[in-house]
Amino acid sequence: MHIALLHLRVRVEERLLFEALESLGAAVEMIDLRSVVFDPATLGDWSRFDAVLDRSLSLTSSLNATRILEGLGLRCVNPSHTADVCGDKLRTTIALEQAGIPTPAVRVALDPESALRAVEQIGYPAVLKPIVGSWGRMVARVNDRDAAEAIIEHRDQLGSAQQHVYYVQEHINKPGRDIRVFVVGGRAIAAIVRTSAHWVTNTARGARASGLPVSDDIASLCTRSAAAVDADVCAIDLLECPRRGLLVNEVNHSMEFRNSIDTTGVNIPLHIAEHVLTIAREQHAAREPVQPVVRTAQGAIA
Amino acid sequence: MTSNTMTLSTECPECGGGVAFNRSPLAGEVVVCGGCSAELEVTSREPLRVELAPEVEEDWGE
Ligand SMILES: [Zn+2]
Repeated sequence: MHIALLHLRVRVEERLLFEALESLGAAVEMIDLRSVVFDPATLGDWSRFDAVLDRSLSLTSSLNATRILEGLGLRCVNPSHTADVCGDKLRTTIALEQAGIPTPAVRVALDPESALRAVEQIGYPAVLKPIVGSWGRMVARVNDRDAAEAIIEHRDQLGSAQQHVYYVQEHINKPGRDIRVFVVGGRAIAAIVRTSAHWVTNTARGARASGLPVSDDIASLCTRSAAAVDADVCAIDLLECPRRGLLVNEVNHSMEFRNSIDTTGVNIPLHIAEHVLTIAREQHAAREPVQPVVRTAQGAIA
Repeated sequence: MTSNTMTLSTECPECGGGVAFNRSPLAGEVVVCGGCSAELEVTSREPLRVELAPEVEEDWGE
């Protein structure tokens, strides 16, 4: 099988995926998206690939590259649709709600004055998030009306139109930890629990992680969540609500995993590589020329 | 004696310290300098060359 691995930078994750794919006998080409000129009308050289593994660090590059390649008939892991949904917190919320998956309560406002009402509806403390962005950047907890007004005014004065979408989420009083589950091919393969003194539990912000056995509840919730966003591969962040139980907070379509391999004892890149190859083989088989069928007159076969 | 094997060490453009690889790096691979913690990107494999990796952009992440 011939796999294109799209990237902007080759981090530890991309190198591990490259090695895992090669270890399974795939021919892997690392494609630096900075070096490509795409022709959306012509498959051209891309025809040599059976599947594309998108590991671009930039959401914009990911979306544009996978849209073009899908337009040319290539199967991308993850599909552009998944990056579209997961790259936007509001779209993720909508997809999860449609699938009946429990999530923290959310209010959305498109104007600073309505934003303050949105915060008051959620109640304090509330969490204000940009709808696009990750690694916990620009996420703010507001504890009172003064803080809410200050943050909303600040957002209002920022240039980006995206910042003028006010996504306000209920603050879940979690027991100082949250859960991240790795889902590959619809199956929850590993989970870690991250504990932090800081309320944004994010290993990029210094949270500590340890392995967590995947319970049946976690597995089925995560399988459904991955299906809700059509993800082949994703990491799902869960919060433990004292009232409502497990809630899906975020779905990450291009997750980091270097620190979770030893922690969980699960070879995450190998699982991803196996799944990519399964998809590639399906694509390859579908493209094989169809064998001529010898037609038999009806009733000729006893 | 000349050798076909790739040189697996080079110099950090930030601190001038040595940057060594225990295996052949991939083009575009990002490593952290042990001397100054700068993020370095492999911009050429042969000859081995590293440059400061580009700054993180707004839409980068998981
Ligand atoms: Zn250095």
